[in-house]
Amino acid sequence: MTVAMGTIKAGEPVFYVVDEHEHPEGSSTQLGFWIYLMSDCLIFAILFAVYGVLGGRYAAGPAPKDLFDLSLVAVNTSFLLLSSLTYGFAMLSMQQNRVGAMQAWLVVTGLFGLAFLGIELTEFAHMIHEGATPQRSAFLSSFFTLVGTHGLHVTFGLVWLVTLMVQVKRFGLIEANRRRLVCLSMFWHFLDVIWIGVFTFVYLMGTLR
Amino acid sequence: MSSDVHAHADAHGLADDHAGTRSGQLIGFGLSVVLTAIPFLLVMSGSFDKQVTALIIMAFAAVQVVVHMIFFLHMNTKAEGGWSMMALIFTIIMVVIALSGSLWVMHHLTTNMMPVHEMGSTP
Repeated sequence: MTVAMGTIKAGEPVFYVVDEHEHPEGSSTQLGFWIYLMSDCLIFAILFAVYGVLGGRYAAGPAPKDLFDLSLVAVNTSFLLLSSLTYGFAMLSMQQNRVGAMQAWLVVTGLFGLAFLGIELTEFAHMIHEGATPQRSAFLSSFFTLVGTHGLHVTFGLVWLVTLMVQVKRFGLIEANRRRLVCLSMFWHFLDVIWIGVFTFVYLMGTLR
Repeated sequence: MSSDVHAHADAHGLADDHAGTRSGQLIGFGLSVVLTAIPFLLVMSGSFDKQVTALIIMAFAAVQVVVHMIFFLHMNTKAEGGWSMMALIFTIIMVVIALSGSLWVMHHLTTNMMPVHEMGSTP
């Protein structure tokens, strides 16, 4: 920005910004949301670090090999990946102003998200039923914290998705709704990126251990 | 790719940056499927040495994160005047410090502080 120095009164410099600033509403939302995602990334980094440190402390309890069903995790992973793709299609439909197609893709995305959560909760319930509760060992505490935090993010992503679908239905594809949909798209793809870390470091590496 | 109606949004790179193209989405998805399937197959078949498999799946995960960043999150050096990339680089540095630092320090702590009667009583 250009700063000019005016000398209106002799000896008393006045500083002011020459070029007029224009801040249309929402112009900084995307960068702000990206920075939020980066801070979320740091939360997950710390949870990964905790899992990395504690992931081998079984306290004579069950180990990953006894608990994880990799084929179930593979199905789960494909659901989340497919939901990322369908959300991408929803964004393309939004760009072409095809509201119906966009809502349909959002429904598909939501269903994949629900399927993901359903499988994850089934897995958790199965583990807890077998006595592999978060209190059992440091490994299980850190496992439930990390994977559970990701699951909570997906849950809130779904709540947000439904909210936005209602918003679009009521108000149409107005500028504000477009902005919100772009933010949710970033959030949703970001969760998929975190899941890459989860299935690699928790499930695959855990099974290798 | 974009409509004239949203010229305002385009001026700020809003609508364009985060939708990409259909082929871009499909390429990203295809790459992700391959990059996910191979690690799962390697681990489930157990055909390689554990150390080798671990290194391979970590490399695949790193590549897949980059694929997601480019094809799904549409990261580039120009978005938001380069500030998105700046924030990302900063985050990566923080993540690397936090992860490697924690693992390194705690590994040494474990090897040096392990009680003599370590079996069964470790937390």
